[in-house]
Amino acid sequence: MDLHFGDSKPTDDERAAVDALLGPPESSWEGADRSDADLRWARGGREARDRRDLLLPGLHAINDRVGWISDGALDYLCRRLTVPPAEAYGVATFYAMFSVKPRPATVLHVCTDLACAAAGASELCAGIEAGLGPGVHVERSPCLGLCERAPAALAIRAGDPVRTAVSAPATVREAVLAATAPDSAPEEPSAALAVPQAGSSDLILLSRVGVVDPASLDDYRAHGGYTALRRAFELGPAGVIREVTDSGLVGRGGAAFPTGRKWQATASQPDHPHYVVCNADESEPGTFKDRVIMEGDPYALIESMTIAAYATGAHKGYLYLRGEYPRALRRLEHALVQTRARGLLGDDVLGQGYAFDIEIRRGAGAYICGEETALFNSIEGYRGEPRSKPPFPVEKGLFGKPTVENNVETLVNVLPILKMGAPAYAAIGTARSTGPKLFCVSGTVDRPGIYELPFGATLGELLELAGVRDGLRAVLLGGAAGGFVRADEMDIPLTFEGTREAGTTLGSGVVMAFDDTVPLPRLLLRIAEFFRDESCGQCVPCRVGTVRQEEALHRIAERTGAAAADDIALLREVGRAMRDASICGLGQTAWNAVESAIDRLGAYE
Amino acid sequence: MTVTPLGIPRRLLEFTIDGEPVRAPEGSTILDACRSAGKDIPTLCEGDTLTPKNACRVCVVEVEGSRTLVPACSRRAEPGMEVRTDTERARHSRKVVLELLASSVDLSTTPQVAEWIKEYEAKPDRFGPDAARLNEEPKVDNDLYVRDYDKCILCYTCVDACGEQWQNTFAISVAGRGFNARIAVEHDAPLTDSACVYCGNCIEVCPTGALSFKSEFDMRAAGTWDESAQTETTTVCAYCGVGCNLTLHVQDNEIVKVTSPHDNPVTHGNLCIKGRFGYQHVQNRG
Repeated sequence: MDLHFGDSKPTDDERAAVDALLGPPESSWEGADRSDADLRWARGGREARDRRDLLLPGLHAINDRVGWISDGALDYLCRRLTVPPAEAYGVATFYAMFSVKPRPATVLHVCTDLACAAAGASELCAGIEAGLGPGVHVERSPCLGLCERAPAALAIRAGDPVRTAVSAPATVREAVLAATAPDSAPEEPSAALAVPQAGSSDLILLSRVGVVDPASLDDYRAHGGYTALRRAFELGPAGVIREVTDSGLVGRGGAAFPTGRKWQATASQPDHPHYVVCNADESEPGTFKDRVIMEGDPYALIESMTIAAYATGAHKGYLYLRGEYPRALRRLEHALVQTRARGLLGDDVLGQGYAFDIEIRRGAGAYICGEETALFNSIEGYRGEPRSKPPFPVEKGLFGKPTVENNVETLVNVLPILKMGAPAYAAIGTARSTGPKLFCVSGTVDRPGIYELPFGATLGELLELAGVRDGLRAVLLGGAAGGFVRADEMDIPLTFEGTREAGTTLGSGVVMAFDDTVPLPRLLLRIAEFFRDESCGQCVPCRVGTVRQEEALHRIAERTGAAAADDIALLREVGRAMRDASICGLGQTAWNAVESAIDRLGAYE
Repeated sequence: MTVTPLGIPRRLLEFTIDGEPVRAPEGSTILDACRSAGKDIPTLCEGDTLTPKNACRVCVVEVEGSRTLVPACSRRAEPGMEVRTDTERARHSRKVVLELLASSVDLSTTPQVAEWIKEYEAKPDRFGPDAARLNEEPKVDNDLYVRDYDKCILCYTCVDACGEQWQNTFAISVAGRGFNARIAVEHDAPLTDSACVYCGNCIEVCPTGALSFKSEFDMRAAGTWDESAQTETTTVCAYCGVGCNLTLHVQDNEIVKVTSPHDNPVTHGNLCIKGRFGYQHVQNRG
């Protein structure tokens, strides 16, 4: 590969940002000044190209320092990593949090997604834009995962170090303050505030949130931390997989695939190395449970990943964290340093002669990267486009190697399974949906937050806990990729089989309530807009289909009955092809919520 | 004459297509098997010299047991598979995909697509006059070839041909996301400021005419492009000793473009700047 670089040069700041990540360049072949020795030998090639996965961290380094990615900065990063600039440009322009055009150092992301929209995000946006000077770039953002405190805003100020501030629930004044003075913004409330049941003895997954100090490893151990890992070492890898299989645990990210089977399939692959990937790219609108676990109980996730790695024979794990979660990033980074220092990660975990370590990779604003194979591409330094399956990740995943990928909630379930044993765990919930389940309740309820209930509780019971208000019109289950149910369907049991029988889905555990003050057509438009924005653009049904759906919804925004019938028929036809022919789950589910609103709620009758 | 190596013998897999038993060599795709069985399945992004990207989704078929339709071009045939190529479900998806494509880009120079639109009764107009389109002006920034992204269906074949599959130049990539995704060189610069080496292999694989010779582009604009009046002559490139095959497309005794046979076992249709574009000396234009 003969790379071509233009004559654009990085500024000193941009060069420093890249060098802080990669170390200084060793020769002119990777961006240093040319010396006589450089003319006699060449370095780079395969060795340098193998560092391609540092492209995304490199783009973050520049964006964090300067606020945007200039031609010179991008070219310098490409020289350092032997990545063709056209490809790196394709990657940089893929992610919403990066800009390749100049912009102010401070970006204020104001969430305009479902829960925030219901809480008045558009008025908030207008007020903020009126109240802020040209020094801040205001970005209307998809869900920031702060739905329990809607409406929400996140300020990011580039510099060394980068500063962030969250304002939620946001007022115009507080959001403007967060953007203009992120250093003096008040500390966010404790993660426990997102857990209305905090401190209750019934909790299993959330038992430590708000109880332990998330910065203290000792405190975590004092509350039962690392007993599950000890138990795992007693059981051996096959024993751990047996327990997880017997527990009946299925993935909590939405697909509900049996976790034990996934682990077994990865563990038995002859190809090595194996990888463990934690999908913490929680971007489904209305979902914030993973954030609360990572902020409130970060060591639990690290312990769970260690167990998953031990069971599947992996020595390296990646924690892919969504870019909009700065506090979770800080807490996890701190927790990693502590666990390494105490021998709970590294060459000899718990003195058992087993090596494992975790690297955090930050996403940069792309819902599609929550799709498992798109996530691999993103880590590897490619555009976050999904791969076609087969081959499946257990066979060819990250870097083409056998990989087990689980989301945060799935992983932390492994701790109680090992602590209480598979039979006791399987006794919780129903026969086909075992264990405890987290639900992210938001919208028009009195006590939004994360609720932990055994599978089998009904939708009505959950909403009762959260303080459902009078005039409930509809409930969105499973987020934007899920479906609406009516206010008179409160007896739907919250299990995988129960929701399936009721013709809907549990998805990622989103329960978003909307009363009759929320304009339904506008909500549906927002969902369509979300999928149009978040489609990666790789396959035609999704790339063009999401646009055509949004157009049709715009046309019928003010219409009902016969006037809307043509466009509804069109929506159905396009939706059916998207569900059948799209490459990945994004395109396949993009029509679900709108379809359910038409069929179950009679949205345009 | 081109010689096609036979390769090592392969096992035959048995499965069914539309209820009829077929046998295909191990490693074949469903599309390979369908073509051997005489089934006509439309394809756009599938290039005969490239690994299929399965991005366009017009070749979808039904496979028993699969929740969604599967792309025939890239899914490998498996023993016992039950494939159905012409069900209402598959035809519906193909129809909608053709409508979505034809409503967003200009398919006027895409071979065969007009036939498929007729066959599947696709009506691209039904999304209304305000349906978003690309509506981009052709990029004419050099004398060799033109990029008309208004015709681009984002099939990735040019990216793959420029990148690791053939040319290893990596001058172009997909930039942006969703409906705003576009084929672009680094920093969205003109081609002349990019890493492009003008091999023209991207033109060779482009299925829609989004990439074309400047000569073809100019003649189309002038209304003088007439494929029926052209002759094709395959010869050997005289520039160096590799011996690449050139196919000269001649109209009115002038070479109007140069392609290369894809079944050539050495070049697989690829050429360099000289073979592809260096034909002016033949014509003594003065």
